[in-house]
Formats: sequence, C-alpha cells, structure tokens
Amino acid sequence: MCEASGRCGGCGEAPVRRRAAPACSRPRPCVKCGDGPAAVVIRIGDAFCRACFREYFVHKFRAMLGKNRVIFPGEKVLLALSGGMASSAMLRQVQEGLSRETAKRLRFVPGLIYIDAAAAVPTEGAVCGQSLVQREQTLTRMEALLQETGFPYYLASLEQALELPGSILRRGPGGDSEPSPSYKAAVEGFIQQQRQEEANGDGGTSPAGLGTQDGPAGGSHAHLPAAARTEELLRLFDAAETLTAKEELLQMLRSHLLLHTARTQGYTKVMTGESCTRVAIKLLTNLALGRGAFLAVDTGFVDSRHGDVTVVRPMRDYMAKEIAFYNHFFGVPTVITPPLHAKRREKTSIHRLMENFLLGLQVDFPSTISTVYRTGEKLSVAPAESNGELQRCLLCLCALDIAGEEELALEPTLVKEDTGNGAESRAAFIPLLCYSCRLTFKEMGPPATLPPYVRTEAQRRNCRALMKQQIQEFLLEDDEEEPGGS
Amino acid sequence: MAAPVSLQVEFGGGAELLFDGVKKHQVTLPSQPEPWDIRNLLKWIKQNLLKERPELFMQGESVRPGILVLINDADWELMGELDYKLQDQDNVLFISTLHGG
Repeated sequence: MCEASGRCGGCGEAPVRRRAAPACSRPRPCVKCGDGPAAVVIRIGDAFCRACFREYFVHKFRAMLGKNRVIFPGEKVLLALSGGMASSAMLRQVQEGLSRETAKRLRFVPGLIYIDAAAAVPTEGAVCGQSLVQREQTLTRMEALLQETGFPYYLASLEQALELPGSILRRGPGGDSEPSPSYKAAVEGFIQQQRQEEANGDGGTSPAGLGTQDGPAGGSHAHLPAAARTEELLRLFDAAETLTAKEELLQMLRSHLLLHTARTQGYTKVMTGESCTRVAIKLLTNLALGRGAFLAVDTGFVDSRHGDVTVVRPMRDYMAKEIAFYNHFFGVPTVITPPLHAKRREKTSIHRLMENFLLGLQVDFPSTISTVYRTGEKLSVAPAESNGELQRCLLCLCALDIAGEEELALEPTLVKEDTGNGAESRAAFIPLLCYSCRLTFKEMGPPATLPPYVRTEAQRRNCRALMKQQIQEFLLEDDEEEPGGS
Repeated sequence: MAAPVSLQVEFGGGAELLFDGVKKHQVTLPSQPEPWDIRNLLKWIKQNLLKERPELFMQGESVRPGILVLINDADWELMGELDYKLQDQDNVLFISTLHGG
C-alpha cells in the first residue's frame, strides 16, 4: 500500500515504523490525481501535489465547521491570532471561506485580536533598550497584517490583564439555560433575510468592516503600554518559581484577556488556532498537570466553560506539518516571536518536556500524534460541566473536583505565613481552586503579586461563603420536608 | 571528487533565530571526495552557520523533531531525506514548527 513504510501494521502488530523513501531526485506523482508532482507527504504515505493539498486543506476547515455546527450564520466570531503559523492559517481559511460564492460562503462576522505577550519573555533590559525596539517592530508588523484583512481588529497587550474586572472569573449568563434554535432553522432564516435585503435594493452589508483599532481598555493605538505596567507584569512572572507555573500563568492571562475583549465587544465565539500537534501535546501535558477531569474542555472543539462566550478550535485536525506546508506554498504571512524562555537551557517546563517527548516519538512512529488526538476526541464533556450551578474554580472556571479531604494532603506543603493578613494568605485561596490550579498556585509568588482581579474575586467569593455559612440555619433545603422552626 | 555545490539555504518558522535572524543564506559547499548529501550539509551547517545552541536545530545526525525540511519546495520525505544527493542551485528550506501558532 504505502511504499514509504516497511510493513503495514495490523492490530496486534507493532506500530508502523517509518522507512525513508529511496533517494531519487524525481518526485513521485500525487496519489490523488496521479497528475502533478507530489510536493508534500501527509499522514504516513500519501503524497499530494500542491493543488490537491490545497483542496484537502480547505475542505478540512469547512468540514470541521460544518460537522460541528456551533457557529451560527451572522454570528460575531473573534479570531485569536498569535502571529504564529496555525492562527495565521486559520485567518487565511476564514478569509477564503468568506469570499466564496453565496451558496458555499461561510456566514459569520469575524473580528481579529492580537495579544502582545512580549512582556512575559524576560530578556536583559526587558523594559528598555533593544528588546523594546523589537517589541515595537513586531507590533507594527502585526498591525499591518491585521489592517490588510479589512476586518475589525484589536491590539491588546498582556499588561492589560492587570486591569481586568473580577467579573471575568464569573461564568457569564446564557449558554446552558436557553434552548438554542436549531442550526438548520438558523441558516434558512439567514438566507431568507439576505434575499429580502437584496430584493429591497439594500446592497447588503459585507461582513468585512473597516479596519478599526481598539483595545479592551478602549482605544490604545499600536504603542507600548506604560513601563510601570510592564514592570508589574514582569514581577508577576518573576515571582512564579517554575517554568511550568509561568506557562500556565501566561495561558490563563491570555485567555482571560480574550474573554474580556469578546464580552465587551459583543462576540459570542472565539476561535483559537490550536493545531492537532498542539492539542495532542496539551492533552498529555494537562494530564501531567492534574487536569485529567477537564481534558474534554481543554482540548475539545467546543469549550463553553465561560457560559456566554464559547471557545472553538477549528484547526485541531491539522498537523503542524500540514499547516507549515500550506503557509509556505500559499504565502500566508506570519510574525514569529520567540516563545517563553526560548533559549534557557537549565530548567524546562512540563509543556516543553511533553513536546519533546511527543515530537521525538512522532519521528519514528508517525501515527503517534494522531493516535493521541483521536483518543482525546473520544472524551466528552461531563454532564456536570454544563451545569451552571456548580462551584467553579477561581482561575480556570472548571467544576471544582476536590472533596474536603484533599485539602489536608496539601496543607503541610503550604509555607507558614503570617496569619495577620487574613484574606491575603495563601490558605484563603486554596478552597476556591481545582486540584491542578492549586498545584500551579503553590508555585506562584505570594498572593500580593497576583493580578488585582484574581484577588478581588477571591475575596468576594470568600465573603459570600462566610455569609452563607452564617445564615445556613435559616436557609431552606430542598430535601427538607417541612420548614424548620416556627 | 565532487565539484563545489552552490546552494540557497533558508530558515523559517523561528529557526532563523538560531542563525542571527538571517533567513536566506547563499552558500557554496567546497569540493570534497564524497558527494554532498543532506547528512553532510547538516554537519556543515552545524560547523559553519549555527551560531548558538546546536541542540535546538539538530539531534544526532538529523534535524531536531519538529523541524521540517523542504528540498526545492518539496517534502524531503519524497526525496530520500538524509540521503538525498544535493545538486547545484538546489534550495533547502528548514521550517521550525515548534512553539506555537
């Protein structure tokens, strides 16, 4: 079947091990059309030519959206762009999808957001000098890229996460309470509406609005935030003891900023560009971090933990290799920035370890990543997750999965602090967090360095818990037969 | 004796950060007894172009997992990977797919 692999493994045999094709300078013909010269090898042995590859790539995106039917016509969708390859490919797919003839056109209204997280990468003189210049350059290039698309865009910086309101940590209204109209009905309604608009001589508003610039805080142009803010953020990241905690912190701040922009600008969906490779790595990393209960929300196509804003991952079926080839063949612009601690050699994070492990395995066993991915696909969100009444973790907004006894196991490991500052002590936060967030929290700095919105919300929840305890005896329980007392 | 081979070596996806940020390199490989193949080219790159952290680009005698190699805009898996014999005016592109998107 495939010449590239030595033998095809059936069930029970060893996984297919890759053998390199014999050295020859003449590429083989495409396996799909048999016509053009093959340019890229997808999966284990399938060599596609450029044209067939492009068709395959575009089809996958539309199939992913069509199969899952969560994005309704006319809906406002925020595309989270990092400048990296996967999110840039996602942007290109959205552009192509929106520009097709009416029948096959994608039907949502996109907006773009770029979060400048350069402050999380400490370099010598991070707040001044060469790295500031680089940061400005990256921002300018990114803005040019966003402007070219013609969609409304937002440039945010991670420093803005320090100004978020505490309400960001609360689940929004809607999502599970109202019944959503059926997808088919929504599409039909939308098409009818469009036909009416055309009949009325209304040119029809194209989804591509004018390029506007706006930040969640209301309108900062592409210049850097105040140095004091950057320093505060640097302190926050510095206080995190391990690289793993820093990565988790970065992800948390980024997702909260995304959520905030979506909420304030009226977007009900957010699309993130996580590739299959990234999803598989995240799956195993999260297992190692203690987030096994939330794998489905963390890596699934739909993530509705926030209630009113749903996170969607349309690129999760694409291998990183396919994305890289697509971007190269079809000129998708990217703005690559060095990631968190790109060059540090001494310590590493669980994320980096897992990446090296999976990618290393993938070289010799090319079905590794897709196997992990497909296993993850079988996970579905627990019914309890969609229940809005449940207690939720302060940081990750997943259902609290810890019973009371677990706290005792963690207590001896908490550093003894001054019980003088009550609400600010670490122990006050612990009951509000899920298992993995407790582990991460343990490795972050003292609570005083945490972003203000986290502290505010924690205080609020603790106050409410205290209040509830105080009036507990006066509350009617559902399973009581008679109201207590006379 | 193999004649000197003139190549364009390019880096993308972040790999250029290991090469002083320079994406395109025009190189001429000196003549040597064995013909030039990708394996030797990698050794040559490690000795002559790589400015820092070789383990971020290479692993053993091949590239680090996560780095794609394109020979004349085609997947190197179609060309024999490390055994592909380089020809004059070939274009070799290394794209890093590590760290995000």
